[in-house]
Amino acid sequence: MTQPNFTRRGFLGASAGAAGALAAAPRLGRAAEPAGPSGPVRTPDMVDIVLEVNGTRHKLAVEPRVTLLDALRERLHLYGTKKGCDRGACGACTVHVDGRRVVSCLTLAARCQGKAVATIEGLANGDAELHPMQAAFLDHDGFQCGYCTPGQIMSAVALVAEGRPLTDAAIREWMSGNICRCGAYPNIRAAIKDAARRA
Amino acid sequence: MQPFTLAAPGDVAGATAAAASAADAKYIAGGTDLVQLMKDGVERPQHLVDLAGLPFDRIEFGADGARIGALVRMSDAADDAELRRRWPIIAEALLASASPQLRNMATMGGNLLQRTRCGYFRDTGFPCNKRAPGSGCPAIAGDNRGLAIFGGSAHCVATHPSDLAVALAALDAVVELSGPAPQGGAATRRVALGEFHLLPGDTPERETVLRPGEIITAILVPAETAGLHSHYLKVRDRASFEFALVSAAVVVGMTGGRIDRARVAMGGVGAKPWRLPAVEAALAGAPATPSAFAAAAAHAAEGAQPLSQNRFKIALMQRALMRALTIATA
Repeated sequence: MTQPNFTRRGFLGASAGAAGALAAAPRLGRAAEPAGPSGPVRTPDMVDIVLEVNGTRHKLAVEPRVTLLDALRERLHLYGTKKGCDRGACGACTVHVDGRRVVSCLTLAARCQGKAVATIEGLANGDAELHPMQAAFLDHDGFQCGYCTPGQIMSAVALVAEGRPLTDAAIREWMSGNICRCGAYPNIRAAIKDAARRA
Repeated sequence: MQPFTLAAPGDVAGATAAAASAADAKYIAGGTDLVQLMKDGVERPQHLVDLAGLPFDRIEFGADGARIGALVRMSDAADDAELRRRWPIIAEALLASASPQLRNMATMGGNLLQRTRCGYFRDTGFPCNKRAPGSGCPAIAGDNRGLAIFGGSAHCVATHPSDLAVALAALDAVVELSGPAPQGGAATRRVALGEFHLLPGDTPERETVLRPGEIITAILVPAETAGLHSHYLKVRDRASFEFALVSAAVVVGMTGGRIDRARVAMGGVGAKPWRLPAVEAALAGAPATPSAFAAAAAHAAEGAQPLSQNRFKIALMQRALMRALTIATA
């Protein structure tokens, strides 16, 4: 499949920028050094970190209040990790940090110095082959709108790696940190069982 | 979130010095509760002191019992084979808490310091004596279904949300604290878990006996409560990932079919884990039978002061207690 040369985000951002340019008066700001490519203005309290995301090392300067979720999305442009509740309740932002599933919305990026982060973008083997969990979610229709899906899949991959039991009851319990408001739970459970068998 | 600075010390002295260096500093461990509270403006620290570099991330076993480092993650404690073998009620309480992701982040010490789930405390649009002392308590005449029936005051009726703390209370656990010594350096002291949390009284903003700058370094679980019959039963509105309406932790020593000694604590009913001495007295020497459990549970609600919406907790806690005793002694 050929990839289109634009993204929804790029299109919307460009449109909003064009509209903003018409409306906004020129801003006067203090001269400041940028914190990095596409980064925000550097402030005195910024922390320099190295994040290893899906095997690639990234140098970032972040304010201490920046969450891992926002660093992934807004700084590294990895939009697969979703922001749902932003309070640790929905699981849409689930990623793995040093091999453990966590909610990136409650993780401060500045506290992840030197840690290995795995996101949904790193699961597939390039364009060649989906991760077995991704393939199983497709085969079993383990989603409807798809917004919670990256978090569901990252959590499901961790569940299998942790060696949790694969009964319906156990999967329900060990996936309880991932909410799906479309209610795709039966298909998500089927996908997890199938992927665990394939692995 | 309002901006803040971040320090990452490597020992207790460094941590207490960093905390003392700025007004309005806060310690952060797992951060699962604190970051939420900061996003919602309930907490507004100018300075965070990261405890992740402190050496309190191990579980050790000795003749006295277990020493669980305060920075051990909830998930690691729940998966620890030796801890599960000797005090299975700890893993039961941990696995009934939060979600797998949050348990991978949250620490054992931080769990004891999580703040109440009272909706008025967590919404800065409302008064709250715990968040803004003297502003009032809308919960007493308001939405109080989930709140306390024991130990509340005219200023606060919040419950403590921890499951772990309830299990530890029933195990006679002890909390080890370390903080700045008057002469400099760090001083360590021990407090029984049952005395660690404070009742609201006139100062609901004070929730524990922690002194300024002091941190939890370990949880000590005594060998005397290892290997006993036990169970943690949690009753909640959803099957998982929900705080307790009522919970029961029972730890029972038995000879034959007869109870030697029972330790009973309940969650979801008070500002701290609620030990029930009258129930424990009624169980001592009693046979492990449904009628004996019912007779003991009849004492559970002595002294309860239910609010407009939470009278149901009286019957619920008695039934939860009987069921927990039945499962523990089976």
